[in-house]
Amino acid sequence: MKITSTLAILLSLLLNTAYAETPEEKGLAIAIEADTRDTGWTDQTANMNMVLKNKQGDTSTRTMGITTLEVNGDGDKSLIIFDNPRDVKGTAFLSHTHSLTPDDQWLYLPALKRVKRISSSNKSGPFVGSEYAYEDLASQEVEKYKYKWLRDEAIDGRDSFVIERFPQYEHSGYTRQIVWLDKEMYQPVKLDFYDRKNAQLKTLRFLDYKQYLDQYWRPGRMEMTNHQTGKSTTLAWADYQFKNGLTDRNFDKNTLKRAR
Amino acid sequence: MYKTGKVLTVTLASILVCSSVVAGEWSGYAGLEFRGFTQTAQESRQDHSTNFSFVFEPEYYREWDKGNQSIAFVPFVRLDENDNERTHYDIRELTYLKVAETWELRLGIRKVFWGVTEFQHLVDIINQTDLVENLDTEDKLGQPMINFALIKDWGTVDLFVMPYFRERNFPGTSGRLRTLPHIDKDRSRFESAAKEKRIDLAARYSHYFGDWDIGISHFYGTSRDPRLLLSIDNSGNPFFIPFYDIINQTSLDIQATKGNMLWKLEALHRSGQATTYNAIAAGFEYTFVGIMETAIDLGLLSEYHYDDRGESSTSTFEDDIALGARFAFNDAQSSEALLGLVWDRNTGGKFFNIEASRRIADSWLLELQGRFFFNQKTSDPAIAFNRDDYVELFLTYNF
Repeated sequence: MKITSTLAILLSLLLNTAYAETPEEKGLAIAIEADTRDTGWTDQTANMNMVLKNKQGDTSTRTMGITTLEVNGDGDKSLIIFDNPRDVKGTAFLSHTHSLTPDDQWLYLPALKRVKRISSSNKSGPFVGSEYAYEDLASQEVEKYKYKWLRDEAIDGRDSFVIERFPQYEHSGYTRQIVWLDKEMYQPVKLDFYDRKNAQLKTLRFLDYKQYLDQYWRPGRMEMTNHQTGKSTTLAWADYQFKNGLTDRNFDKNTLKRAR
Repeated sequence: MYKTGKVLTVTLASILVCSSVVAGEWSGYAGLEFRGFTQTAQESRQDHSTNFSFVFEPEYYREWDKGNQSIAFVPFVRLDENDNERTHYDIRELTYLKVAETWELRLGIRKVFWGVTEFQHLVDIINQTDLVENLDTEDKLGQPMINFALIKDWGTVDLFVMPYFRERNFPGTSGRLRTLPHIDKDRSRFESAAKEKRIDLAARYSHYFGDWDIGISHFYGTSRDPRLLLSIDNSGNPFFIPFYDIINQTSLDIQATKGNMLWKLEALHRSGQATTYNAIAAGFEYTFVGIMETAIDLGLLSEYHYDDRGESSTSTFEDDIALGARFAFNDAQSSEALLGLVWDRNTGGKFFNIEASRRIADSWLLELQGRFFFNQKTSDPAIAFNRDDYVELFLTYNF
């Protein structure tokens, strides 16, 4: 992917100088630039606190540890280990993601000590009862979408590219998304989701960005609002750590079986 | 409790004391179970139609060496209102684990699961079933073992040396959901002269190839499921003696994950337990995602279970078709429900099962279980449960 990205950048630069760029080309070039800038972090660990809120304001909380391995040329690998609610403590979810084909996913059920390969063609389903779908949390590969640059616009006082993107995965729950990408960070600050009927479904706001290793921007908080149900889910991220020396071995079925 | 267990307990307890590098953590649950039986029991000794039970299972875990070494300790205790055999304790887990790049070593008492099907866990053999807990055979007694796993790109090879055999727990004479006549555990017999101290061995290769997950296993040792020999005591009353043969069992478990469809197969060949026999459990689970424009997923399951010993099988799954429906509500309370029906093609006997759960507060989980038996014939081992239809409520506090 790296080589293709570089080629594509060169190509887009060439095209830029020679011809007027179409909105599609510009959208793709921005997506590639964003991907390139976020390459090389190797692996990442973080803790996530998730607060689900319904229309009446009742809340419930989940906490989990998330470990991710950067994979060049394919989707990333990730391992999620639940800590709260306590009845699911130790439940772990291993995912080898792919851009356009179904991910490989396994679930570990600690009470039975059972590792279960699970169906993953459903990336549009809710993640642990939250307003996030699996596909919202999966690694964002360039190939997952077709792009169209719409306009430049300031949001929260920050200059952003506004890009429309169309999921290429056939089982995606969305017809399209509109992303506000900060021009300085090349990271999303706002994302609108449109359902299969092309009605606006959800809005995701990315807040409290911080830069790590002088390069990688990560949000401290993510707020997802479902406009159709009135429910919302807030994610608070903590303890981001990069380049921990993790390998494929940390993302295999044996590791899943002893996840804590 | 038993010698091997004691040695391991002492060894691991000393590791526990020495490894005071990082503070360990406690978690676990305590639960109250209520069972209501819809009919009077087959024997007058089982004279209760309601039963309360308390269960406590804490878990201690400590890791060091960047998580490459750890210990886990999980004691278990149940106090039962009516059945003395159901009141019992166990060490579910007391393990030391060492992890390296290409291998993992586990020493101690633990639980291992093999298999893919849902209605029966045919190839799962490492642990003894704690049958007083539940008919579904998913509760297991802790098994002392040395387990070495070799982890390569071509797959994982697990080797097991099991120095102590755990006898199966059976409900006592006053317990419900038991055989008729009852089983007398104190008179168990073994093929091996070493009895429980015989060293059992097992090996397993497991890996995945694309969307195929496979496991091939061999077990050589004392059978976890005994044959039941009918006997008569001094006063002329019949009872069963559990007889534990030495068996060889080769098994295969495969799952193919094709989109929303999971194809599952478990098969085994066993010798040493009276007649040599083969058995299979095969079927599928198909999931409809977000039915009727809700967040609810509906999984439909169908499995066929066959045992070529037929009517003489010690298993209740000798020629049975199983159908199930699994609902995942995907709500904040993680509500789930599973309905199942098992139909014995030979006897016409039917077994209906419901399991549901819902989180009712952050730390509290409520589970509902119902098991109902219909048209059981005397030739089927399941006849024993004919009057033991029950509904269970299980409330746990999780910490």
